[in-house]
Amino acid sequence: MSAITVVNRRSFLRTGGIGLGLLLGFTLPERSKLAAQGRRPAVAAKPGAYIHIGTDDTVTFLITKAEMGQGTVTSLSMLLAEELDCDWAKVRTEFAPVDPASYGMQGVVGSASIRSSWAPLRQAGASARVMLLEAAAHRWGADKSQLRTERGFVVGTSPNQRLSYGSLSEAASKLPLPANAPLKDPKLYSLIGKPVKRLDTRDKVSGQAKFGIDARIPGMVYASIARCPVFGGKVSSFDDTKAKAIPGVKNVLQISTGVAVVGENTWAAMQGRKALEIKWDEGPNASQNSAAISRMFADLAQKPGAVAKQTGDAEKALAATAKKLSAEYEAPYLSHAPMEPLNCTAVVRGDSCEIWASTQMQSGSRDAAAKAAGLTPENVKVNTLYMGGGFGRRARVDYVGETVEIAKAIPGVPVKLTWSREDDMQHDFYRPASYVKFGGALDAEGWPSVFTARVACPSFGAARGNGVDSTAVEGLHTLEYRIPNLTVDYHRADAGIPTSYWRAVGYTQNTFFAASFLDELAAAGGKDPVELRKRLLAESPRLLGVLEVVAAKAGWGAPPPGRFQGVAVVNNIGSFTAQVAEVSVTQGKLRVHRVVCAVDCGHVVNPAIVRQQIESGIVFGLSAALKGAITIDRGRVQQGNFDSYDVLRID
Amino acid sequence: MAITFTLNGGRQTVNVNPQTPLLWVLRDTLGLTGTKFGCGMALCGACTVQINGNAVRSCVTQVSSVAGKTVTTIEGLSADLSHPVQRAWMAEDVPQCGYCQSGQIMAAASLLAKTAKPTDADISEALRGNICRCGTYAQIRRAVHRAAEIKAGGGKA
Repeated sequence: MSAITVVNRRSFLRTGGIGLGLLLGFTLPERSKLAAQGRRPAVAAKPGAYIHIGTDDTVTFLITKAEMGQGTVTSLSMLLAEELDCDWAKVRTEFAPVDPASYGMQGVVGSASIRSSWAPLRQAGASARVMLLEAAAHRWGADKSQLRTERGFVVGTSPNQRLSYGSLSEAASKLPLPANAPLKDPKLYSLIGKPVKRLDTRDKVSGQAKFGIDARIPGMVYASIARCPVFGGKVSSFDDTKAKAIPGVKNVLQISTGVAVVGENTWAAMQGRKALEIKWDEGPNASQNSAAISRMFADLAQKPGAVAKQTGDAEKALAATAKKLSAEYEAPYLSHAPMEPLNCTAVVRGDSCEIWASTQMQSGSRDAAAKAAGLTPENVKVNTLYMGGGFGRRARVDYVGETVEIAKAIPGVPVKLTWSREDDMQHDFYRPASYVKFGGALDAEGWPSVFTARVACPSFGAARGNGVDSTAVEGLHTLEYRIPNLTVDYHRADAGIPTSYWRAVGYTQNTFFAASFLDELAAAGGKDPVELRKRLLAESPRLLGVLEVVAAKAGWGAPPPGRFQGVAVVNNIGSFTAQVAEVSVTQGKLRVHRVVCAVDCGHVVNPAIVRQQIESGIVFGLSAALKGAITIDRGRVQQGNFDSYDVLRID
Repeated sequence: MAITFTLNGGRQTVNVNPQTPLLWVLRDTLGLTGTKFGCGMALCGACTVQINGNAVRSCVTQVSSVAGKTVTTIEGLSADLSHPVQRAWMAEDVPQCGYCQSGQIMAAASLLAKTAKPTDADISEALRGNICRCGTYAQIRRAVHRAAEIKAGGGKA
């Protein structure tokens, strides 16, 4: 039985709506990257709801964060359940509606879900527990301080004083919110810090988990969109005669992103779309290609850019040093390629709109739908479904807006838009390509005295402040290496290719670049790469900590015969990480045999999920390093499916 | 055109364009959404079902070709998650986003039906065509071995 029902809407909201059971809410502060960029909507004081305790003793948690595999459903529930002291086996979850007044900005970007939920969700659980204690005290005429809770029960002083939460929930819901409900002593945690099994596994091994693409609404039709293959191009004219002759095709219409074919099933819509004859106005990018982009980036990297970080005087130090090095590194555009192709389902009825979406940006999806429907956001209802991967792609909500455009054209009829894999790969917002020119110098003892990095990379946010996009230089201007002369500067290098969040963005290129160049400096100075890093990180205890652990666990310095080791260490958004890769090269072919990783990510809520995430990141990173590249020719992406954009497989 | 086949143990007749891939008949016509669309070209394995016990990519299988055959989807693998592969997948907590897992499970179940004690090489061979972007490959491998043990132990593990 799925915890999420698509057509039969949220049991929680139904019961909650008539005031049955305990409803409790707090405002969740949102401290994501987007919030930091000032895109955070104003949060009113009105509380939302997180916990529902049914009279049948089921406990339902409303999950305000979307789930793309990162474990939010389980981890956020653990925070609530730990303090509520309920029976974990009876916990159910549902995705919360979009409600800025209660929840602020709802989205999952910048690895912020646990960070932003840690305090308020535990407090919500603790407050609910106090209210249940109070309700029991009233019922028994007892002193609340004499009562305790025990996995879903309030227990009194005499043997027959034992009431389930369910039997108390209605009375508790009428009590005022306690001001400062006490939080558990962390030593007493029974869930937090334990490798608790995921709550979504059963549904995901039975085929019952509902992803965005699985939404089924009565009377639904299906859509496919032909988009201009060149970025920035648009429809010039089209002939839909052949498309309309395809059995099952119902409708063809032009929308802002292309020509949409609506059919009675996905296959009919896709066949109809293939039969469209479209003349494109390919726009200004029609001759763009990867070689020209690479040249443009490389040219930019030759002259000084906007300064992102400056310690000492690199220029002067370089001029005064005999032993100098320089190197240039380049990384390609990359696609996200989540397993679930982009999709959305929407219906527009009069002055309301409802969408069913797998999205990282629930708030942004609501806004995009409202804009496309010509409605206010309050008139849009967002149903959050599981994401079949996101990796940053689903932080963009282009696919929501275009679905609503189609739905608006056929009012009252639910429309499910499904992108093909080729659509997904050729109309992505890519991990930016990047080009970095490094310079370095060594002192008399062979230690690095100068480290300069000049970055040429697109910016998908507005370049901030002094012309530096921190997303493009992160991993370089954040370096904690104690090198006396260290400069990072930046050129915004836009090539007309859409770019956006892709995992941690700048860190994905710059960590590799910086670690590689540091190793070149180590080699030139005759230093061991780990020893060099230890010296340069002597004042960064957490980085030093993971570096020492990984070196010990990987057997640094003594690889098996024929194998080589490489090391990198980085602090990405407060997670201190070090890795050693063990590789071999046979006839020019690189093989990665083993990756050892040490992570210090602070307080761990669920170590099993953290482990999953780290392993997942390693596999994703290896796909990027060893396999994938998005290349451009005549303004269009040359890759289309997993045959031309291969990713790591089980072997 | 009416096409009749056995689906998850029951007789099923559908009246659709015979060229329609089985994937879309399962998902759109019959509402069995456990089988996933990933690539449409038999490159990723998300749409894997069993036809007469063999793991097959339903996205490139015309529905007309399954007439008279036996089709099993994730929904029909077991009524109660008791299939050794599902039990092993739960024990190892394999899924992250979970989207590819129906296909992984169907491919693994087909492997175990033919090879009681698969080696690592057997697993690689059988599951090479199933992409997981979350990178759960290590867990999948452990779970397949575990499923083989569960099956060998007569369902106990």
